[in-house]
Amino acid sequence: MQPAPIVPDPTPTSQPFWDGLARGEVMLQHCDDCGEWVYYPRAFCSKCLSANMTWTEISGEGTLYTFTVARQPTTPAFAEVGVQMLAVIELDEGPKVTTTIENAAEEDLVIGARVRPVFAPTSGDVTLLRYELA
Amino acid sequence: MVSGVMATDCRPCVGVAYGWQVWMKGCEMGLRGDAAVVGFAEWPAERRHGGSRSFQLEQWAELAAIALADAGIASSEVNGIVTSDLRESADFVPATVAEYLGWSVNFAERLDIGGASCVGMLWRAAAAIELGVCDVVVCATPSRPRPRPTNPRGPKQNWSSMGASSNEWGSPQAEFDIPHGNVAQNAGYAMIAQRYAAEFGYDPRALAKIAADQRTNANHNPLAVFHDVPATIDDVLASRMVADPLHILEIVMPCHGGAAMVVTSRERAAKTPHRPAYITGFGEHLAYKTHSYARDMVRTPIGPAAQQAFEMAGIGRGDVDASQLYDCYTITVLLTIEDAGFCGKGEGLEFVNSHDLTFTGDFPVNTHGGQLGFGQPGLAGGMSQPLEAVRQIQGRGGERQVAGCDTVFVSGTGGIMSEQGALILQGG
Repeated sequence: MQPAPIVPDPTPTSQPFWDGLARGEVMLQHCDDCGEWVYYPRAFCSKCLSANMTWTEISGEGTLYTFTVARQPTTPAFAEVGVQMLAVIELDEGPKVTTTIENAAEEDLVIGARVRPVFAPTSGDVTLLRYELA
Repeated sequence: MVSGVMATDCRPCVGVAYGWQVWMKGCEMGLRGDAAVVGFAEWPAERRHGGSRSFQLEQWAELAAIALADAGIASSEVNGIVTSDLRESADFVPATVAEYLGWSVNFAERLDIGGASCVGMLWRAAAAIELGVCDVVVCATPSRPRPRPTNPRGPKQNWSSMGASSNEWGSPQAEFDIPHGNVAQNAGYAMIAQRYAAEFGYDPRALAKIAADQRTNANHNPLAVFHDVPATIDDVLASRMVADPLHILEIVMPCHGGAAMVVTSRERAAKTPHRPAYITGFGEHLAYKTHSYARDMVRTPIGPAAQQAFEMAGIGRGDVDASQLYDCYTITVLLTIEDAGFCGKGEGLEFVNSHDLTFTGDFPVNTHGGQLGFGQPGLAGGMSQPLEAVRQIQGRGGERQVAGCDTVFVSGTGGIMSEQGALILQGG
């Protein structure tokens, strides 16, 4: 598991997302009014601005939309991480998620590949949503 | 293929331009083309600033004085300001500038669209002038180092190492992007390039050719940081890989410098010493901060921005004599050539391989060297593109002058290709 040099601080709005990851579940907001799936967590739907959204458990599975292998730290705090495999996942529900890839060799990464969640504990209370090839 | 659909009547409409749904007012929208850039100042791009240091407010004043002298306009005539941030004075920036320079203005703007800011400065200045609220606007982007504090107990400079991302509690970037190391620019542009490769294919030599052709241009610009350093396609491909597939020579070099431009009315422009460069079209578009949340990462906001600019100016892509395209990375230029409509979607690699992008070529791009060749002195890097457009239109391009340069397309790009603007500048 990669180190996590910077750990997020949940907000009242996002807490259910982080609580879900700690349980090993991916929770996504679903708009009761327009049916939009919303990521990242918001107080208002990013399609219709409704406040009526329901936290819903999803599989967390999706496809690799893009990635890069960063060979120098993207910021000094990540110097200890070494080579970073940064990615964007397109969830099966539609939204895209910034993430990091685990358990993969560089040459195995192909855009469009199926991916599944990795629940990655950090030094703090927060579990990060990383991904691996399915 | 591009799928530009525009209003052909004069009523507002919702159209689709380059994959983006956009609102466009139709042919009555936009500038008349009655405001022009008439003077400028540009400091050399430097890796190390050897001269004396000054605060950015002092730099603002110095750049304004040079640009106004170039335009033959007195300081007392200025009645509009458009500025970037000042490091020593984060808030109330335009009023601070007005107070310091002794100006009394009717129009004051501070822009926050990153590398698209300078394109945004010029169209806002032109719009204010055409509205009649002012007639001499100075836009400036000081970016030289400031004096080192002599009082250790004084206010500290606290600039984040997170690029343009905020690591404050409650910021979406702090919570969902920074913990994954998805910060600053290199990795983001690399992911855009990787996505492009997956959809359309990739030719590293075509991307390297963008950097090499622009380097040739920089070798003819005495203000460029790489004026004396040639670079071939092979040099670019042999340079260090930073984030796949971007080599270090496909990435801008951070520099010190600064620039300013003076915009004025047609009436006032008629009494200035250089050929006016009229702002005849513009566009601006943005929809997200972090590229991860782009609906489509490789169909970029310059599409609708450029479409609007060309429609407003009433010209076609074939009317352009030179293009000054914001080039933080080579992939930015490739996508801008495609999405601004100079070729079809997915045809950019072939376009670059089959055209000479140097100042003597059949499709001159970034005749000053671009920021890849000139350097990126902060936000003044984004001013280098419209400034070179003016220089070429005024016939002041020196050894890199494009013959008969009357019409120039300019783009600006901020964030991770997330906020973009377009300008058409035309000689009067």
